[in-house]
Amino acid sequence: MSKITRRKFLAGSAAGGAAMMLTPAKKAFASGSFEGFPDGMGVLVDLTRCVGCRTCEAACNKEQGLPAPDLPFDDYSVFDEIHHGNQKRRPTDRAYTVVNRYEPEGADKPLYRKIQCNHCNEPACLTSCFVNAYTKTPEGAVIYNSHVCVGCRNCMIACPFHVPAYTYHSAINPVIKKCIFCYYTRLKEGKPPACVESCPQQVMTFGKRKDLMKIARERIAKNPDKYIDHIYGEKEVGGTGWFYISNAPFEEAGFDIHLPKKPIIDNVKDFLAIVPIVLTVWPALFTGFHLLATKGKSHGHGDDHSHDEQEGH
Amino acid sequence: MVNAGKQLITGLGVLLLSLVLSVSCYAMDFPDEVEIDSLANLYEGVVFDHAMHVDATENCADCHHHTTGTGVSDEYCAKCHEGDVEMDTVSCQDCHSADPLSPENLHNPAPGYIYHDDKPNLKAAYHLKCLGCHNEVDGPTGCEDCHAKTEAGDKFYHSGEFAPAEDASHGEHE
Ligand code: SF4
Ligand code: SF4
Ligand code: SF4
Repeated sequence: MSKITRRKFLAGSAAGGAAMMLTPAKKAFASGSFEGFPDGMGVLVDLTRCVGCRTCEAACNKEQGLPAPDLPFDDYSVFDEIHHGNQKRRPTDRAYTVVNRYEPEGADKPLYRKIQCNHCNEPACLTSCFVNAYTKTPEGAVIYNSHVCVGCRNCMIACPFHVPAYTYHSAINPVIKKCIFCYYTRLKEGKPPACVESCPQQVMTFGKRKDLMKIARERIAKNPDKYIDHIYGEKEVGGTGWFYISNAPFEEAGFDIHLPKKPIIDNVKDFLAIVPIVLTVWPALFTGFHLLATKGKSHGHGDDHSHDEQEGH
Repeated sequence: MVNAGKQLITGLGVLLLSLVLSVSCYAMDFPDEVEIDSLANLYEGVVFDHAMHVDATENCADCHHHTTGTGVSDEYCAKCHEGDVEMDTVSCQDCHSADPLSPENLHNPAPGYIYHDDKPNLKAAYHLKCLGCHNEVDGPTGCEDCHAKTEAGDKFYHSGEFAPAEDASHGEHE
């Protein structure tokens, strides 16, 4: 929860330092008015189906050419891992997706949930980025250009789902890393992401977001005893490209149920307004700051996900 | 009263008929074993003991929906398929596509159909049915309880001979 605290703290400073505010960066769309690209693709995630086999994690690792894991992908002891701040696993720069296990109250079996970027309709990561490293593509993916990223980590703080991770191990080129909806290798060509395709239970259904929303509603309507009557991500933070249906209350599967229905652009604008001040006052907070000075020069081998040597499946 | 009696008799007749039909499920021609291997890659195929599962289930429809002519167990499907007779297409892969995003499957359901728009792909059709039931009846549910991992699978999961090297910083392995 430390991330939220910090965001609130910064937002609080924004109000306090209003007199010193600089003009927020201009963004392409007005707050709350963007419904997502009409034919944008999405993924319906049905939590009732997941058996926690972690095949999706292995598929992502292979597709995205990520480093070897610390433990095999069929080692289920990872579900017992608790990280600092009493947190279950989260996506990292070496694993764009992780599956966690939850034990909903009163349920006779555990619930598993795959976590990755939700590819928001109006991404807070994008609006918070002052070098415009992020793009929401018409196909629905939220991608980023790591050659532009200066490693300031605004997006890490802005993302309501704590998704973007940071390459801490790289002192020379620390950048943000996250799930990109397999944009370059698959989505661009209309193909489903590697994790979606690999899943033995079809927990994830790939298609046009608007068609999937209909399917989600149908599944709930047909099985009212099975599902909670809510589609998480239909409205949350202005709608997400990946959205969820569940048999257990969402808060019991680790979802933040207190997110606003409106995109959080407004909050982020406040936040953005104080970014330059923060950078001045606490440069140490953003270890990537010095890279601003070298912007324009090569940052070495930034990962642009071009994947020339993509492995076949 | 006469009418009511008639209805009762008709009702009994239907009941009897459906009993005969459900018995005929077991008289039907079915394979004792089915080798499920069309998708085998990370795991070996499965030699499925069909005969054992025929004995263990109450109705062919538990797995075969409305295609075996033995009555449907799902009320929702029954709205259209009540009273269906045995179809030519009975095996899973006749309806569940291994590649649901192929051009011919992309526009599923076909124009004119408004149902069957949420059909699991073949891999999921197997796993959802098998694991769904196994979870209820305490059948085997581990991946390798049903099919052994292949070498490609070990590589994919970074397990077996491809497991990450023991690392002091990460305590217990396996
Ligand atoms: S592959 Fe599917 S069933 Fe397995 S953990 Fe991932 S989402 Fe769950
Ligand atoms: S989930 Fe987070 S990282 Fe992904 S698009 Fe939304 S705000 Fe950005
Ligand atoms: S969509 Fe691609 S990058 Fe994102 S979690 Fe799935 S496999 Fe990984």
